[in-house]
Amino acid sequence: MSVFAAVLKRDLALALRQSADSFTVLAFFAIAVVLFPLGVGPESNTLAKIAGGVLWVSALLAALLSLDRLFTVDFEDGTLDQLVLSGEPLVFVVLAKTAAHWLTTGLPLILLSPVLALTLHLPGEGYGALLAALSLGTPTVSLIGAVGAALVLGSRRGGVLLSFLVLPLYVPILIFGTLSVEGAILGVSVKATLSLLGAMASFAVILAPWAAAAALRQATE
Amino acid sequence: METQTFAPATFSGDGLACRRGGRLVFTQLAFRLGSGDAVVLRGPNGSGKTTLLRLMAGLSRISAGKMAWNGVEIEDFEAHGANLRFIGHLDAVKPALTVAENLNFWRDLWGSPSGDAKQAATKLGLGHLVDFPARLLSAGQRHRLALARLVVAPAPLWLLDEPGNALDDASLNALAAIIADHRNRGGMVVIASHGSTVVERGAVLDVGAFTPAFKNVQETHWSEAV
Repeated sequence: MSVFAAVLKRDLALALRQSADSFTVLAFFAIAVVLFPLGVGPESNTLAKIAGGVLWVSALLAALLSLDRLFTVDFEDGTLDQLVLSGEPLVFVVLAKTAAHWLTTGLPLILLSPVLALTLHLPGEGYGALLAALSLGTPTVSLIGAVGAALVLGSRRGGVLLSFLVLPLYVPILIFGTLSVEGAILGVSVKATLSLLGAMASFAVILAPWAAAAALRQATE
Repeated sequence: METQTFAPATFSGDGLACRRGGRLVFTQLAFRLGSGDAVVLRGPNGSGKTTLLRLMAGLSRISAGKMAWNGVEIEDFEAHGANLRFIGHLDAVKPALTVAENLNFWRDLWGSPSGDAKQAATKLGLGHLVDFPARLLSAGQRHRLALARLVVAPAPLWLLDEPGNALDDASLNALAAIIADHRNRGGMVVIASHGSTVVERGAVLDVGAFTPAFKNVQETHWSEAV
């Protein structure tokens, strides 16, 4: 487990030192969301209806923006070779890097979302569900994204390829995430949709690190 | 000075072949190292020195043959990583972290609590720079920082790919000293190098001699296609 702790600690230190990376993601999220009232018009009814979807789509795109760099820097400066040679299963490295990615992008996105929800006139009943759905959904976003990021490693235009690869896989998260928010606003129980998001997260945490580790080993060969 | 000595170990390979991009780089290559041994890999550019080192590290896959640690065939290459330190062409230095933070990361990764960043940096002439961000280092200093990994997290087998690149005379002496010290403690070294040698009494393995002749390459290529 020393590998997990060491990589997590280093990635967090790097993210803190180079906070511009995390800030870009947050800024993109904020700008994307704020564009909607400008484009759709300021009627609070219209905005309230689309608020859940807008927040989710913007959060997914913002997360995607940062995934590109998840393994690229380590790959290019030779660190990845050394991480493969840690003597421990590479899965721990993937888990640590994904955890660091979630802590530096997913978590700030969650914390920022209520503020942006205000600009979209999200009804008060929706906030709890929005935070719960984002908390359950964003870890899956990071995990699936890690597989994509590992697969496109070393290819030119990896960022574009990455969006083709992972955005379709984000569709279920988007659907159930948005349904949770809308359900809460309508006063319907959102247990089912939140449970599905939780199930996806559990599934991803078990499978994704292995897939990503296999792709990383392929890339370093 | 660190006094840790390594348990006696052997590292050997037999009948090794490696194919990259359909080309057979070398074939029927064999080597054997015991505690305190050093092997210098020689051969022209493209003869497969780096490939062989990556093969020994378990980073590249073997096409044929097998390698053994203490006489036992290596099957779990992930675990094999704990036996070795690999220094490649890329320095794996994080510019945003200080010299000490870089070294402490490697120490934690390989779980060697006895490793001391300051001491390791000093051995490679970076002692006065431990608290500087690595982005301020010159190319040679970065490479020395990469080499300091060997000291901060000891492992019995060192695989060094052209470790003398970008190093000045004083640093070459420092490198020669840590290699000699490593061998005295029972460590093994495999080093690919063209130029000035930093190992004494090392065996020489000419990787170029195992490159199949052009004609054979074609034949193997075709026989596989059919």
